[in-house]
Amino acid sequence: MNGVILAACVIGVLGLLIALLLGFAAIKLAVPVDEKEIAVREYLPGNNCGGCGYAGCDALAKAIAAGEAPVNACPVGGAAVAEKIGAVMGVEGGDAVKMVAFVKCAGTCEKAGIKANYYGVSDCKSAAAIPGRGDKACAYGCLGFGSCVAACQFDALHIKEGVAFVDKEKCVACGKCIQECPNGLIELVPYDAKYAVSCSNKDKGPKVMAVCDTGCIGCGICAKQCEFEAITVENNIAHIDQSKCTGCGKCAAKCPKKVIMAH
Amino acid sequence: MGNIFVIIISSMLVSNVVLSQFLGICPFLGVSKQVSTAVGMGAAVTFVITIASAITWPIYYFLLEPRGLDYLQTIVFILVIAALVQFVEMVLKKFMPSLHASLGVYLPLITTNCAVLGVALNNITNGYNFIESVVCGLFTALGFLLSITILAGIRERIEYNDVPHSFKGTPIVLVTACLMAIAFCGFAGLV
Repeated sequence: MNGVILAACVIGVLGLLIALLLGFAAIKLAVPVDEKEIAVREYLPGNNCGGCGYAGCDALAKAIAAGEAPVNACPVGGAAVAEKIGAVMGVEGGDAVKMVAFVKCAGTCEKAGIKANYYGVSDCKSAAAIPGRGDKACAYGCLGFGSCVAACQFDALHIKEGVAFVDKEKCVACGKCIQECPNGLIELVPYDAKYAVSCSNKDKGPKVMAVCDTGCIGCGICAKQCEFEAITVENNIAHIDQSKCTGCGKCAAKCPKKVIMAH
Repeated sequence: MGNIFVIIISSMLVSNVVLSQFLGICPFLGVSKQVSTAVGMGAAVTFVITIASAITWPIYYFLLEPRGLDYLQTIVFILVIAALVQFVEMVLKKFMPSLHASLGVYLPLITTNCAVLGVALNNITNGYNFIESVVCGLFTALGFLLSITILAGIRERIEYNDVPHSFKGTPIVLVTACLMAIAFCGFAGLV
């Protein structure tokens, strides 16, 4: 009986001592955390995707609270989150335009030619590393092995008929896929953007026509059509400046290759 | 001195905590996807096991054994180690924020990791003195760091391999860990 009491006493006293020590240490060693930081962290999405350039939401919350990052630094949260964080920080949210990823290639299986059969590793970077860059005749196009799909944490990218396709509703513009694509096909465009050029081939017209039915040949017809000087042709490829585009659609109507598509 | 050397070799390689004693499997499999995180975990384990070895030894020999309470060692050790890790985390957060930032995520995870408890109990079972206990703790943990880093390195390579569907994920990791354990059998008889 004595042993039981002794054992209970030893454990009890030890536990009590430890509790006191920890309790005391918690007060003595407390690190003051900025209240703003906690409040800001509350509103951040918490995916820790790193799209803002910081090492996760905690790091961004710290930076915003310290005034090192703007309140709309989170591309995922967009305007809604920026507004709430702005309220915490006491500044205007600013209008963060909601952006979405866009794949600059429309060379689906039936439109883009194949130059060889590829039996290598099912990964865009591996395919891009071999001479000729993958199995598509076009060396600039979407390789279709879905490295971007694997990188997407939000299930917003899918391979459809050999080309990556962005689900606008699910995309949060974190930018992970942009880093993954070895051909640099993905860019961010405003969610409201009406038209975009779905091609990245920098070759001259005849070469493009040989490899793809829907490649930009750099003819410049679209640039002539545009009344707002939103379209420029550089390196044999048209590019729409989304800040000037009004979405009139004249370029898309005249494009001989139908590369300018409703987005 | 020779004794210490034997402890170093045996605790790190011959009876490797994961691959031979099968302790600490959970972080071994769970946090070995990337070499960087594996090293972070290994460093945190090293830190905790070394301190735990140093603190449990006097507790056993000055508190429990004189009162004939040897049988309480497991429960007391768990209590002490858990509290110790909490305390160390607070101290780190206050005085070494950079170290806390790199170890911080892993520290609470290994509060009552069986490898930590296992080393503390082994020290007692083997009748080590204080210095030997600390050395044994440190090198057992370094053995853990070694094996988790190797596994993480292999797993990073496996990512690029065409693993059969039914082996994807945990099965191939277990097979890998198994082969590593067999490889570590080569150290048997070294001491």
